Amino acid sequence: MNLTVKVWRQKNSKSEGKMVSYNVKDVSPDMSFLEMFDVLNEDLISKGDEPIAFDHDCREGICGMCSMYINGRAHGPKTGITTCQLHMRSFKDGDTIVVEPWRASAFPVVKDLVVDRGAFDRIINAGGFVSVNTGGVPDANAIPISKIDADAAFDAATCIGCGACVASCKNASASLFVAAKITQLALLPQGQVERAARVEKMVAQMEAEGFGACTNTGACSVECPKEISQDTIATMNREYYAAKASSKNV
Amino acid sequence: MGWLSKALSGNLGQKLIMSLTGLFLISFLLEHLLSNLLLLKSDGADFNAYAEFMKTNPVIQAAEYVLFGGFIVHIIYAAIITAKNKKARPHGYAYNNPSANSSWFSRNMGLSGSMVLIFLIVHLKSFFVPHKITHSATMTIYDDAIITFGNVPYTLFYVAAMCLLAFHLNHGFQSAFQTLGLRHPKYTPFIKKLGTAFSILVPAGFAAIPLYICFIR
Repeated sequence: MNLTVKVWRQKNSKSEGKMVSYNVKDVSPDMSFLEMFDVLNEDLISKGDEPIAFDHDCREGICGMCSMYINGRAHGPKTGITTCQLHMRSFKDGDTIVVEPWRASAFPVVKDLVVDRGAFDRIINAGGFVSVNTGGVPDANAIPISKIDADAAFDAATCIGCGACVASCKNASASLFVAAKITQLALLPQGQVERAARVEKMVAQMEAEGFGACTNTGACSVECPKEISQDTIATMNREYYAAKASSKNV
Repeated sequence: MGWLSKALSGNLGQKLIMSLTGLFLISFLLEHLLSNLLLLKSDGADFNAYAEFMKTNPVIQAAEYVLFGGFIVHIIYAAIITAKNKKARPHGYAYNNPSANSSWFSRNMGLSGSMVLIFLIVHLKSFFVPHKITHSATMTIYDDAIITFGNVPYTLFYVAAMCLLAFHLNHGFQSAFQTLGLRHPKYTPFIKKLGTAFSILVPAGFAAIPLYICFIR
C-alpha cells in the first residue's frame, strides 16, 4: 500500500514546529505502525534528511513508550492497544494519516513526536510506591488479600504510564494515570501505611505539573491501551476527600 | 481552617464544589417543576397563593439566597476550572477525533451551561424581577405566565433551553456522583439510569407546561 503521512516536525523544544507531508511507498499490511515509520525514516536517511524522532522501546505493548496521536486518537483508531500493536492493515491504500505528539503543557515536545513525560515520574516519586525494608523475601501467601481486591488492584496496576489518557482528555488531565496507581495501592494491605499521605502528595504533584481537572467525559478509559476503568478515578476522589478530611497532616 | 480552603482550592476540591452545587441545583429543579404543575389548574388561585407564600415566607427568603449562591458558585467555579483546563493544553491538535471516545455534550458542558444561563437571565427577567424585585407587574403571576407562554417564540425558546438543560443534566447528574467518588458496582448502574430518567423527564415536564398553555389550552 502507498500512504501519505502528515507528521509533526519540530527541531527541538524551543523551535516552532509544523506539519510535514511524506509519501510512504510499498507498505506491507503486516507491518506495525512503528515499522512503517522505520521504513519512512530509512527513506529520509537515504535522502540525507533528518529522520523523524519518535519514542518506542519494547514494541510489544507493555512498556508504554510509543506515544503517537494518530488520526485524532491516541495510539490510533483501535482501542485497547498501543501504537506498536497497531498494524497497517487497519488502514487502506491511498490513506492520509495525520500523526502528532501528545499535546499537554505538562508534556513539552522534545523533538518531533517525542514528548517529555517526566511529569509522570515526578508524580510517582511523590508517593506512588510502598516503603518496605529490604531483606529476606516474604512468603507470597503470608498476607491474605481477597480475590476481588487482588483482581481490582491488578487491573489498576496494568497502567503502563504511556500518557494516552492525558493526550485524549480534552482537559489534558492525568486523573486516570494517578488514579490507577492510587487505587492499586489503596486496595492492597501493603499500601495502607502511606495511604492518606500518598493520595495527598500524588494529587498535589499532579496539579503542580499543570494537568487539567477531570470532567468525567470518559475519553481516557476508552483510549487507555490497558482499558483502565473510570472506577479508579472515583476511588481516587474518594481517597482524596477522605484523606483531606481525616489525615492529621494539617 | 487553612487546610480546608487549601483542599478546596485544588482541582479535586473545585470539582467537589461543582458537584455539590450541581446536585443542589438539581434538587431545586424538582421543586420548581412541582410548583409549575399548579399552572395546569385552569383556576390560577392555587398558583398565585403558592407564589405569594414563596414571596413572603421567611424560610423561603433565606433559601432563595442559598439558591442564588448555589448558581453563582457553580458558574464561577465552572469558569475557573475551564480556564485552568484550557491552560493545560495550550497547543491543540491539528486533527482531532474526540467523538470516537466521548459524547459531544460531555465535552461541552460549558457551552450547554452558558446557554442555560442565558435562558435563566431571560426567565428571571420575565417573572422574578417584575413580581419580586421591582413590583412593576400589573397582573397576577398566573395571568402573566399564561400571557407570556401564549407567545409562540418565547415558548419555543423555553423548549429549546429545556433541551439543552436535558443534555447538561444527562452528563451532570451521573458526573456529580463520579466526582464525589460515589461509584459502586451495586449502585452506579441505578444512579446512571436515574440520571438519564431525571434529565429527560424533568426538562420535558418543564417544557410541556408552556407548550400546553401555548398550543392546547
